[in-house]
Amino acid sequence: MGLELRPPPTRDRQAEVPPVPSADAPAPSGWRAGRSWLDLKASPYLYIAPFFLLFAVFGLFPIGYTFWVSLHDWELIGGREFIGLQNYAELMVDADFWNSVVNTFGIFVISTVPQLLIALVLANLLNQWLRARTFFRMGVLIPMVTSVAAVAIVFSQLYGRDYGMVNWLLGLVGVSPIDWQADKWSSWIAISTMVDWRWTGYNTLIYLAAMQAIPRDLYEAAAIDGASRAKQFWRITVPLLRPAIIFTAIISTIGGLQLFTEPLLFGSGQMGGGSLGQFQTMTMYMFENAFRDYEYGYGAAIAWVLFVIIILVSIVNFLIIRRLRSTS
Amino acid sequence: MSAIGTGPRPLTLARPGSAQRRPPRGSGALWRASPLTYVTLIATVALSVFPIYRMLVVATRTNDVVGDVPPPLLPGGNLPENFGRLFATEPAHFARGLTNSALASSVVALSVMLFSSLAGFAFAKLRFRGRNALLLVILGTMMVPVQMGIIPLYMVMVKLHWTGQLQAVIVPFLVTGFGVFMMRQYASQAVPDELIDAARVDGASTIRIYWHVVLPALRPAMAVLGLFTFMQTWNEFMWPLVVLNPDNPTVQLSLNQLNSAYFTDYTLLFTGTLISTVPLLIIFALFGRQIIGGIMEGALKA
Repeated sequence: MGLELRPPPTRDRQAEVPPVPSADAPAPSGWRAGRSWLDLKASPYLYIAPFFLLFAVFGLFPIGYTFWVSLHDWELIGGREFIGLQNYAELMVDADFWNSVVNTFGIFVISTVPQLLIALVLANLLNQWLRARTFFRMGVLIPMVTSVAAVAIVFSQLYGRDYGMVNWLLGLVGVSPIDWQADKWSSWIAISTMVDWRWTGYNTLIYLAAMQAIPRDLYEAAAIDGASRAKQFWRITVPLLRPAIIFTAIISTIGGLQLFTEPLLFGSGQMGGGSLGQFQTMTMYMFENAFRDYEYGYGAAIAWVLFVIIILVSIVNFLIIRRLRSTS
Repeated sequence: MSAIGTGPRPLTLARPGSAQRRPPRGSGALWRASPLTYVTLIATVALSVFPIYRMLVVATRTNDVVGDVPPPLLPGGNLPENFGRLFATEPAHFARGLTNSALASSVVALSVMLFSSLAGFAFAKLRFRGRNALLLVILGTMMVPVQMGIIPLYMVMVKLHWTGQLQAVIVPFLVTGFGVFMMRQYASQAVPDELIDAARVDGASTIRIYWHVVLPALRPAMAVLGLFTFMQTWNEFMWPLVVLNPDNPTVQLSLNQLNSAYFTDYTLLFTGTLISTVPLLIIFALFGRQIIGGIMEGALKA
């Protein structure tokens, strides 16, 4: 791709502005021709200008500047001092940071894997001849359109130690009450269910759309060959869904590794993520450093590391899922 | 929901005929849903709706019943009183939060629709130097997480003296790379080149072509983009938390304020969650099929 040094279709453009004046139309004056030349050449830039201007100021500049900030000991009060990569070096041996990395990945894995599997199953169920199709589609998607803080609050209350409905239900089958916030695993599970509740329906619809694009003859042929529904699902549907699966895996990675609101509200708005940081995510840790302790330099370094991690994990995801194709 | 059974129109485009609506002859068992399927799906929908229903139940009751065993399953009659208490709760500034969120979400959605359609049209249908390179830049930005630039963005806001003010959660989000890309994809296929050429032969300027030819063709995709942007802005949490103050909040910050109180007043909190969710539910009830269509058509895929 790259720059188009000479736009190829000047030919077409000339054809549109007829150089030979016809009898019933007045010849374009020099002024008009100039105006339309300007219109063709310049107006595209005018249309993309608002995007690029706003984006340069509020998007591109902050992202680049984050790296510059991360090279400083930069605090709200007390000015700034260039320290090179020292923030990064500090980060590498920061136990609290690594704790947040482990938490983020823990929650990411135990939320994303079931989420995508459930979505796959639900999409397969929806991809049949159904009564009330739209009702079911809207039904699975409705969690996505709820206010995010509201969901986190409702779930936190459902997971309450003393009056929570989850503990009450568990009590019915003889499980003693769990203090969901107290441990790593229990808090990770609670937060994962919030994420899954919200996003499973979205992934379901992505899969459903991909399933509907699979030619039905494939299934009919397989059925004639005596393949069971289950076999058809694993041998035809899943392999052909690979692009959709890659897409949802990458979207889930980007979202999951930036998890913030759910764990924050689960812990009543505290950036610490529980008494021992058992559910503090990377983004919460960045926020805590940058906007509670006003260590901008250190916070910026966390942001960059987070960014690199997201890219790496996305690439790994992509490679793993692509590898599945060649083996199956 | 009068929509039941008819399905969103654009979705059937991919498959000719009414294959989805009628069980295929001769191979009914292959595609017809079993009762177990219905049971599973109904259970799923029930799980999806339950937390929202729970908001309604708690929001219509008093604090006494919150710890009741078994938990109450039906709404009570206390909603008006909880409403009154909520809006009177000083530190939450709930009315302010609601109007702020409504204003910010509307402005951002309209702006994203306008600027994305303009730029998307240019990228899809106009030829200019550097077009592909600039499009790549936009694609690249879509990969970058929001948090990346949040610290310098905050510094910019401090410089502009915008901290604590509503424009701080509006202006940085007036354009999105995602919107431009989505409009570009849609314009490429929805607007035939012949139509544009014909308009040019008739002497229409580019802006007239945008207004009279492109905009009408883009309308369905713009609506979906606008709805998504509205919901996204409504739900934005981290950036408002950084840049706004509790006395001039968005609705999400009002909820956070209620949630962080030392003594949690659950009915009040749940009334807040209910009110913050209702506008989104209304949008979903009105435009749910378009939203589903947008997701499924892949227009919303990156």
